[in-house]
Amino acid sequence: MIDYLVRYYDRLLAALLEHLEIVLLAMLFSVVLAALLTLLCQFSERLSKLLVHLLSVVYSVPSLAMLALMIPLTGLGTVTAVIVLVIYNQYLLLRNILAGLDGVDRGVTEAAMGMGMTRLQLLWQIKLPLAKKAVVAGLRIALVSTVSIATIAASINAGGLGAILFDGLRTMNTAKILWGSLLSAALALGADRLLALAERKSA
Amino acid sequence: MNAVTFQNVSKRFKGAGRSALENVSFTVEEGEFVTVLGPSGCGKTTLLKLINRLYEPDSGQILLFGEDTQGVDLVKVRRGIGYVIQQIGLFPHWTVAENVATVPKLLKWDRDRIRARTDELLRLVGLEPEEYKNRYPSQLSGGQQQRVGLARALAVDPKIMLMDEPFGALDSITRGKLQQELLALHRETGKTFLFVTHDIEEAFLLGGRVLILDGGKIAQFDTPEAIIRRPAEGFVRSLVESAREKGRFWEAYL
Repeated sequence: MIDYLVRYYDRLLAALLEHLEIVLLAMLFSVVLAALLTLLCQFSERLSKLLVHLLSVVYSVPSLAMLALMIPLTGLGTVTAVIVLVIYNQYLLLRNILAGLDGVDRGVTEAAMGMGMTRLQLLWQIKLPLAKKAVVAGLRIALVSTVSIATIAASINAGGLGAILFDGLRTMNTAKILWGSLLSAALALGADRLLALAERKSA
Repeated sequence: MNAVTFQNVSKRFKGAGRSALENVSFTVEEGEFVTVLGPSGCGKTTLLKLINRLYEPDSGQILLFGEDTQGVDLVKVRRGIGYVIQQIGLFPHWTVAENVATVPKLLKWDRDRIRARTDELLRLVGLEPEEYKNRYPSQLSGGQQQRVGLARALAVDPKIMLMDEPFGALDSITRGKLQQELLALHRETGKTFLFVTHDIEEAFLLGGRVLILDGGKIAQFDTPEAIIRRPAEGFVRSLVESAREKGRFWEAYL
């Protein structure tokens, strides 16, 4: 195993960076889209319930199947992987954010509305700061899940650590299997720790 | 001039068996202190929330200082009304000073003006600014929190104050003190007050007139003296009776 690392560290590093790139791109688009959907949900309770329900249905589709389903639409490669990851994340992010916003004390929101805050002022100045915990919790879950599902994305030629892992599986190369899985696990854990730290700092 | 006018206002909530308010009409003159009294579920909170449009009426018309509230911008209506609720609803992540400055900030007052007004308001409600303005709501007692709630509602000097059982969760000593201070505030400012309570003593002590609601309808709307002398048949009479009963209970121990 160490042998493999010494000989192919450049390949592993490249795969790790590729993986990181997919994850960061996916998270970036996920957060932007989730923010927009959250805004939209402020204007209709009905819409927000429908949306979360719809997303939960989509979320229950296995990732391998989802990747395969997207191939006819967007082809093989990184773009498809990122799209699928963004779709999955919407459920994790939106459910957590909306539950957090909904959990803000009724007296607080009623007072804010009664004093003449607009919906957006209420969201931005009152609800979001008070729901910070739930929002960060959602981000952490989404991040960990993105790292792991991105591994599977190698099956549609998106590259990353999954490519090493699948290569290893095909050729029964234990070193490759181990490095592929260990690095992606480490990436997930590291990313989660990082957000946990940020969460504690801001609290 | 009339501060508040209800004309045949009805409101029924979705899924409810009967109307929360049924064909209610009354007027409150500018500068009056009116208490709205009734048991839970009689529609008194609904009545208040129809004024600042947290609820919309199904039918009828509500005028605020002669203007139909439906015709005016919702946010503008609310910023011109002082609103105090039982849960107080202070923003836990803001300091006392920031809470009091909520509406001035929404109206984009400059910083010096906000600071001066905040200090002035805290003094008005009996909280020394230097001691309290940088505290967070969780560091205050219930009575102090409601003083901040009152200061926050008074911030931009609204002509009318809507208060929904503001002292309902306070102990009776703090409550009595705040009642007296509120009466003094009313005398000094001449603002119009609409004060919802289910406590008959509180209603009769504070109200220049008392509007008694029962089952979504006005049972009686008159001065405390007139209601006590000539209570309307039924609900009001039994309400006054129950208060007398309570008085006799205390007298027995004198």
